[in-house]
Amino acid sequence: MVELTLPKNSKVTEGKTWKRPSGARNVKAFRIYRWDPEDTANPRMDTYFVDLDDCAPMVLDALIWIKNKIDPTLTFRRSCREGVCGSCAMNIDGTNTLACTKGMDEIKDTVKVYPLPHMAVVKDLVPDLTTFYAQYASIQPWLKTTTPTPEKEWKQSHEDRKKLDDHYECILCACCTTSCPSYWWNGDRYLGPAALLQANRWINDSRDEATGERLDNLEDPFRLYRCHTIMNCSKACPKNLNPAKSIAEIKKKMVERQV
Amino acid sequence: MVDARTSQAKARPTSPHLQIYRPMLTMMMSIVHRVTGGALYFGTLLLVWWLIAAAAGPNAYAGVQWFMETVVGRLILFGYTWALIHHMLGGIRHLIWDTGYGLGPVEREWLTVATIVGSIFWTVVLWLVGYLVMGGIR
Repeated sequence: MVELTLPKNSKVTEGKTWKRPSGARNVKAFRIYRWDPEDTANPRMDTYFVDLDDCAPMVLDALIWIKNKIDPTLTFRRSCREGVCGSCAMNIDGTNTLACTKGMDEIKDTVKVYPLPHMAVVKDLVPDLTTFYAQYASIQPWLKTTTPTPEKEWKQSHEDRKKLDDHYECILCACCTTSCPSYWWNGDRYLGPAALLQANRWINDSRDEATGERLDNLEDPFRLYRCHTIMNCSKACPKNLNPAKSIAEIKKKMVERQV
Repeated sequence: MVDARTSQAKARPTSPHLQIYRPMLTMMMSIVHRVTGGALYFGTLLLVWWLIAAAAGPNAYAGVQWFMETVVGRLILFGYTWALIHHMLGGIRHLIWDTGYGLGPVEREWLTVATIVGSIFWTVVLWLVGYLVMGGIR
């Protein structure tokens, strides 16, 4: 259901303003969402000041700088720091993206950082992705075949391989899925852009022999058809993929197999 | 142990969403499409009122005519015309997207802007033609 406001325990309050680094001349302000499960208080927005002359250029660099130099309790996921792992997905400056590939110079004034939208918060910038992963598992992201396995490998022509482009690059960071208002309101039943893009990746795979079964699994008013082409997903994707297009392709295949 | 985990999971806050997400043109237009769709229900009631009045007789019909000619009545009709055209163009945009075209980063923005500009343009044209047919603003 549409929710215009946050539940009582989720309303964000004003937090602490941390000390400016002394002697710094080139300073950028950060407003960061904080919530501690061991605390009974509501989430709050803390203000930090980052010394840009002492810090590398990306938003993730600043978060690590804050954690190292100001507040070691600041909690966030990160790993590869180069847009490959998808761990540091969060809402920065109003849109979902990876902190490691978002340059601070792209953001005027204060940098606002929230966890991925409309998710249960585990701590600070860490959302609970359990449902997201379960939805990915539900599309059965593996090769399904009935013919006997060939002695060497399942072969594929260059053209067929091309059909996996703009799909296999997905790193499952959840930027797209959690940018989708339809997923915000019906995330328990709508699979969301990431899982559907992945579903299309297997539907498109020339080696897969379960296309019909996969389409049957998606033929549902919620699982697939809650997509209303709002397009936040495609605009959010840090890998420049186009989940909205993948979903449109699945809808089209649903029609094609009926005529 | 299990109980502790579930009670903690229940207490987890929901992260901010609509409140903090940067308004995207396509997202705003999706909302406007919903709003105009809702407005059309009321617009249809206007049409029903007009038809019933026409069937009920000259007095009832004259009453509706009087109301529609007031400034408020005209504004409502103008809004209804815009909502109708906007929702129709939005529907065409969704039809194009459903065929798998116009979903690229440039095309999707272009189609969205075309819906806004087109809806205003055609509403004004329709009203100008209407007034021309009537022989000027009365």
